[in-house]
Amino acid sequence: MAKSIAKRKPNGRPLSFFGYRRGNGRVAIRNHVVILPLDDLSNAAAEAVANNIKGTMALPHAYGRLQFGEDLELHFRTLIGTGANPNVAACIVIGIEPGWTGRVVEGIKKTGKPVAGFAIEGKGDIATIADASRTAKDFLHWASELQREECRIDELFVSTKCGESDTTSGLASCPTVGNLIDKIDPMGATTCFGETSELTGAEAVCASRAANKQTAEKFMATFRAYQQMIDRHKTNDLSESQPTKGNIAGGLTTIEEKAFGNLQKIGHKTKYIDVLKPAEEPKKGAGLYFMDTSSAAAECVTLQAAAGFVVHLFPTGQGNVIGNPIEPVIKLTANPKTVREMGEHIDLDVSGILRREMTLDEAGDRLIDIMIRTCNGRLTAAEALGHREFVLTKLYQSA
Amino acid sequence: MATHFIVHDKKDTVGVIVVEGVKAGQTLTGWVMEDDSTIAVKALDPVPLGHKIALGDIKKGDTVFKYGHDIGRVVDKIGKGRHVHVHNVKTKRW
Repeated sequence: MAKSIAKRKPNGRPLSFFGYRRGNGRVAIRNHVVILPLDDLSNAAAEAVANNIKGTMALPHAYGRLQFGEDLELHFRTLIGTGANPNVAACIVIGIEPGWTGRVVEGIKKTGKPVAGFAIEGKGDIATIADASRTAKDFLHWASELQREECRIDELFVSTKCGESDTTSGLASCPTVGNLIDKIDPMGATTCFGETSELTGAEAVCASRAANKQTAEKFMATFRAYQQMIDRHKTNDLSESQPTKGNIAGGLTTIEEKAFGNLQKIGHKTKYIDVLKPAEEPKKGAGLYFMDTSSAAAECVTLQAAAGFVVHLFPTGQGNVIGNPIEPVIKLTANPKTVREMGEHIDLDVSGILRREMTLDEAGDRLIDIMIRTCNGRLTAAEALGHREFVLTKLYQSA
Repeated sequence: MATHFIVHDKKDTVGVIVVEGVKAGQTLTGWVMEDDSTIAVKALDPVPLGHKIALGDIKKGDTVFKYGHDIGRVVDKIGKGRHVHVHNVKTKRW
């Protein structure tokens, strides 16, 4: 049984956790040394380095060649943002050639953390792996001596996105996240929701939750642009992608129904203060942000992690199993069948809300409790099970 | 008393089944969250956990309300107590 939030902050002391404070002032809850490939071609070398140096982690992905324009900018923003995320203590970048590799290195370097780039052309995989492995080992020794210290909730960046939703998500697990957001927003936390397509039908309500008219207009412009993309390519019922087969099996009938459930994650009181591009770092200070993202779980969480969010809250209905390599994903569900059948994936069971054994307020407190414990170092179910879905968003075909 | 289904908003025309094993002919107890009231509906279909039940008769072409908002249109008339899903409700959006 979680202690109530009131009990956790005697004498008005702010909610706190033990994290790593980085050189740029940002706070981390994990301490990874990441081997980041610039492009698909460099995955093999990156994975070899991570295999050589135990305790480092490679983030293989599918892209990085012949992209151009906004799609290329997003690629760089995502890779630089991933390396810059506070949960990454130090970063090795490996690319096929030195130019773009250096661009990612320079971007990450602005955080002040140790970062080094290695290019394969003119040297081959084996020599590159050897050189990168020596530096990775140095970085790992350095990172492994860093100590956790007490950090405040107003230094914490929390993102949320739901997946394999069903009607229990809208009834209980998404409102539980909303209850948490309404509680930690006044404490000065920085939070983020996204899923542009999955607000279809609820977009007017979502626009009304912007902090001001300008932000509401920015949201609606972002929403309309995404709808236009869907309209250009759409098929009947979006090829059973929105809602998904899993959503429909769980009782969700239309995108509108799914959207209103989704929107429960931002609570009742909190207003969002800005609209971010995919993987864009929030710059307006503490508060709730909307990010333009796809509603595919791994794509969305990867973008939020690249924007600097360090802990993720993921309500699921039917049992999405997602994790992220650098941003721990805390899963909660209110579906008793999912708890029974897929319990190893669930960090918090809020099915008691549906049985009226637990109030939403209690569920929100329990989520804060598991979030703080996760920030202190408790591994999530997804971390324990090795879920490291690192999925880059691609806007259009390569040249 | 067990809650068999939950209704978000008083304006809603559907409720969500929150227990497993609901059978046709069973009288169900529902909780309306908005005003904490209790209602009863007799199920005319077996409705799985998480799926919706009609709280009244709904005509073809009518809008279905959940969360107090429009969640789609009825494409085949729905009797009170019937299972509401993709066979009788469609999106208005795509």
